[in-house]
Amino acid sequence: MTISTAPHKPQKTGWLFPFLRYLGRNKSLGIGLVILLILVAFTLFGQFFVDPKDAYPLSVPSKRPPSWEYPFGTDFYGRDLMAAMVVGMWQTAFIGVVAGGIGTFIGVVLGFVSAYFGGWVDASIRTVCQILTPIPVMLIQVVVAGSLDKRSVTIFTMALIVVMLAWMGPTLVIRSQVLTMKERQFVSVAKLSGVSDMGIIFKEILPNLLPFVAAAFVGQIFLAVFAAFYLAVLGLGPLREPLLGNIIWLAQSQGAFFNGWWWWPIIPSLGMILILGSLALINMGLDELSNPRIRRSE
Amino acid sequence: MNSIVANAKKLNSSPAKSNKVDRSAFPILDVKNLEVTYFTDAGRAVALDDVSFSLKAGEKLGIVGESGSGKSTLALAMMRMIKSPGRIESGKVIVGGDDLIELSPEEMRQARLQKISYIPQGAMNSLNPVIRIGAQMVDAVRAHMPDESKSEVYDRCINSLRSVDLPASVFKMHPHELSGGMKQRVCIAIGILLQPQVIIADEPTSALDVVTQRQVMETIDKVQKQINAAVILIGHDMGLMAQFVDKVAVMYAGRLVEVCTVREMFTDPKHPYSKALINCLPNLKNKGVFQGIPGLAPSLLRLPGGCAFNPRCESVMDICKTQRPEVATLDGGRVVTCHKFTGEA
Amino acid sequence: MISLILRRLGFLMLIIWSASTIIFFIPRLSSVNPVRERFAELSRLTGYAPDDLEKIVQSFNKQFGLDLPLWQQYIDYLGNVITLDFGYSLNRYPTTVVELIAQSLPWTIGLILFATILSFIIGNLLGAVAAWPRAPRWLRNTALPFVLLMGVPPVLVGVLLLFFVGFQLKFLPLGGAYSIGLLPEMSWSFALDLLRHQILPALSLVLGSIGGWVLTMRGMGITIQGEDYVNFAEHKGLSGHRIFFDYYLRNAMLPQVTAFGLALGTVVTSAIIVEGLFALPGVGTVLINAIRANDFPVIYGIVLFITISIAVIMTLLEFLYPLLDPRINNE
Repeated sequence: MTISTAPHKPQKTGWLFPFLRYLGRNKSLGIGLVILLILVAFTLFGQFFVDPKDAYPLSVPSKRPPSWEYPFGTDFYGRDLMAAMVVGMWQTAFIGVVAGGIGTFIGVVLGFVSAYFGGWVDASIRTVCQILTPIPVMLIQVVVAGSLDKRSVTIFTMALIVVMLAWMGPTLVIRSQVLTMKERQFVSVAKLSGVSDMGIIFKEILPNLLPFVAAAFVGQIFLAVFAAFYLAVLGLGPLREPLLGNIIWLAQSQGAFFNGWWWWPIIPSLGMILILGSLALINMGLDELSNPRIRRSE
Repeated sequence: MNSIVANAKKLNSSPAKSNKVDRSAFPILDVKNLEVTYFTDAGRAVALDDVSFSLKAGEKLGIVGESGSGKSTLALAMMRMIKSPGRIESGKVIVGGDDLIELSPEEMRQARLQKISYIPQGAMNSLNPVIRIGAQMVDAVRAHMPDESKSEVYDRCINSLRSVDLPASVFKMHPHELSGGMKQRVCIAIGILLQPQVIIADEPTSALDVVTQRQVMETIDKVQKQINAAVILIGHDMGLMAQFVDKVAVMYAGRLVEVCTVREMFTDPKHPYSKALINCLPNLKNKGVFQGIPGLAPSLLRLPGGCAFNPRCESVMDICKTQRPEVATLDGGRVVTCHKFTGEA
Repeated sequence: MISLILRRLGFLMLIIWSASTIIFFIPRLSSVNPVRERFAELSRLTGYAPDDLEKIVQSFNKQFGLDLPLWQQYIDYLGNVITLDFGYSLNRYPTTVVELIAQSLPWTIGLILFATILSFIIGNLLGAVAAWPRAPRWLRNTALPFVLLMGVPPVLVGVLLLFFVGFQLKFLPLGGAYSIGLLPEMSWSFALDLLRHQILPALSLVLGSIGGWVLTMRGMGITIQGEDYVNFAEHKGLSGHRIFFDYYLRNAMLPQVTAFGLALGTVVTSAIIVEGLFALPGVGTVLINAIRANDFPVIYGIVLFITISIAVIMTLLEFLYPLLDPRINNE
């Protein structure tokens, strides 16, 4: 172990510094990553400082404005908003990563199958995507979420609802990338030298696709968090959980602004802006990375 | 602004300051010591280095050279269309007595198409795909002659189309309805709309088939005679060019290495690079044997010291590696930039 | 041309059919019975639990045709969709869903039209300018704050606007369509009051959606400004604004029109939620109230109605496209 670290060290700095310097140039990626890291740190370390139980109703005195004891105040139902933010952001991240991951996975598999095998498989997958694309996904999700028994909705079901109709984007992106890659020299060479279909997919195409898969993954996380937030703001979330959208919906239902409890909707709104903002910035930064045309104008 | 228009019109009808007697004796285009540099991440590249030449009305000059030798940069510099990170460092482009480099941006805008016009390289994509040909011609005229009446503008456009052998019906068509050769003709028609004194055609026949290439060249030849403009043809096809131009200029690494008549170029090229270029052409004597020029065109960022051509030159001397050759004018006005000839001047 | 129109219309039918089918089957896969749910809710609220709840549910099932075989329900349902008959509201029986939509639709259309057109125009102009090398630097950077807002859903912009403009400055009202106590009438003061209530919702939608247009337009602009025809336009000696509008913007806008159609779903969803936030009497608020009250026919009806409208508008946009791009006609 000690032996192996010694020669590794110079390599590591050799990788880290160019990366940091690149982040300096690609400002949106840099700023987005910094905000995201702060949020992750907040929700990770926050677990040690607050009692997660305080994120649920009837744990603390209600309707307290921000103070030293409750930095973000408490809501009408007696939640500590600080604890609610820690738990809620954690749950948001969970929904994002689970739904984003499943969506990207489905997209990669379908995109691959569609582009690599072509024919009627490709035609049917493409047609389904074309039909589903114009249908406003979030409204269909409203129907799904609305049809479920509200008492049985959990964070995990939220993630599943969100992913149900959100795999078309990655499918089409991966499909077109595989199609262009299929035409490239190295794939034809591999085919001519007798590498099997699976061998070509896993050894030749997949490694080259990774940047696009990564971009699709971040994009899907953004969409999943966005969709889950919208469902929650409409009152379709798991009502007991301190999801940020839920808190805003509750605050709005109780007329928080009319009653002067301004911190109640504002705190989760700011949290959500930071989450979605950082994801959008990272997304833009990745675009810049993979699209030299946008870079050119800088 | 109107005075500029009037001025330009006057210049069109009575050029060279009422000196009617020998209009052809005076150069209508005089490029002097033009220098263009590009600033890139890798450093400063001199794309045009001390380029000078002149042309009389009705004269046709062909500029040849390898890709990256600065042909297109020269054309863009004369139009003052060098975009950042490039810059015109110094020099003059005198058209009919006015130095274009000295004009204000607005005056330069007026000068384009009126004094000096440009026929683009990629005629395929040089027309706006969503606007009718007619509208694209009309807005070109309107930009310079806002006072001309609608019917005058229309007649001008139709005449222009006719003179490039296109039917008037093209006026109402969209670019995608035309063939490549027709699009190139439309570009020529736009170029001669205001009867400029100088026309620059930047590889006007690239991406066209051989038959169409010839037709387009003949069209340029014809309209040039009609308006008696000086024409600069840029290209790398020596053979095609030789049939249409009077003079040839050879460019290498941003410099004009030789300027002479077509006959002189083909019978007695002076500069070693010109010699090599002529030897590249297939002829009856060396039938079947293709000869290239050894080595690669140098990168403008890493030019060899002395004469830029010295690493590839057949008759390289010691001085070529250390000292930059100066422009030498030989008997009969031909210009060579080579140490072999500096003594003779 | 005719076959093209027929193909587009066929595709529109396919989309409507798919959406209707999804909306028909999803609730029926779930174990929740809307009628029982509704009465359970009523009994919770009133504290009155009827012994014969199941009987009432059954009689309602019969009345709404829920006791028929599934395939027959499906056929009836498709027939109803074609005639735009979405049934009755459970909550406000005997008002029909279509009546509810008709009452609230003008508010929503007004808001969406105003906000979408404004953000589309401003966003595309800013994006085009941001990619235009000859524009002054300060103008090119104007787009930046909007791009930063891009990741923020309009409803959150709305919450912030409510806080700063409505709550702190007390500049504009906190919600509602018009001030409480006023009666709708045709007068200047009422119109002004109405307008004041629309400013914040519209502003949240506009601010929240400009960034997206800026970003896509900027990407498109970078491609177009390198095109030969833009360069040739400058060689022709055209004035800067001529080149900008006729040669650059005009061409860069073409894909944006398609993008506009695709973005409609998001735009409408955002508008609905913003309406809910500001308690405007539009379709959004009707939907949110229906969700709150488990008024299932209203939820499904509104979602289906919006889906159909969007599909129809997208088809119309596709018919419009050849007018903008003459190249399409020929294919």
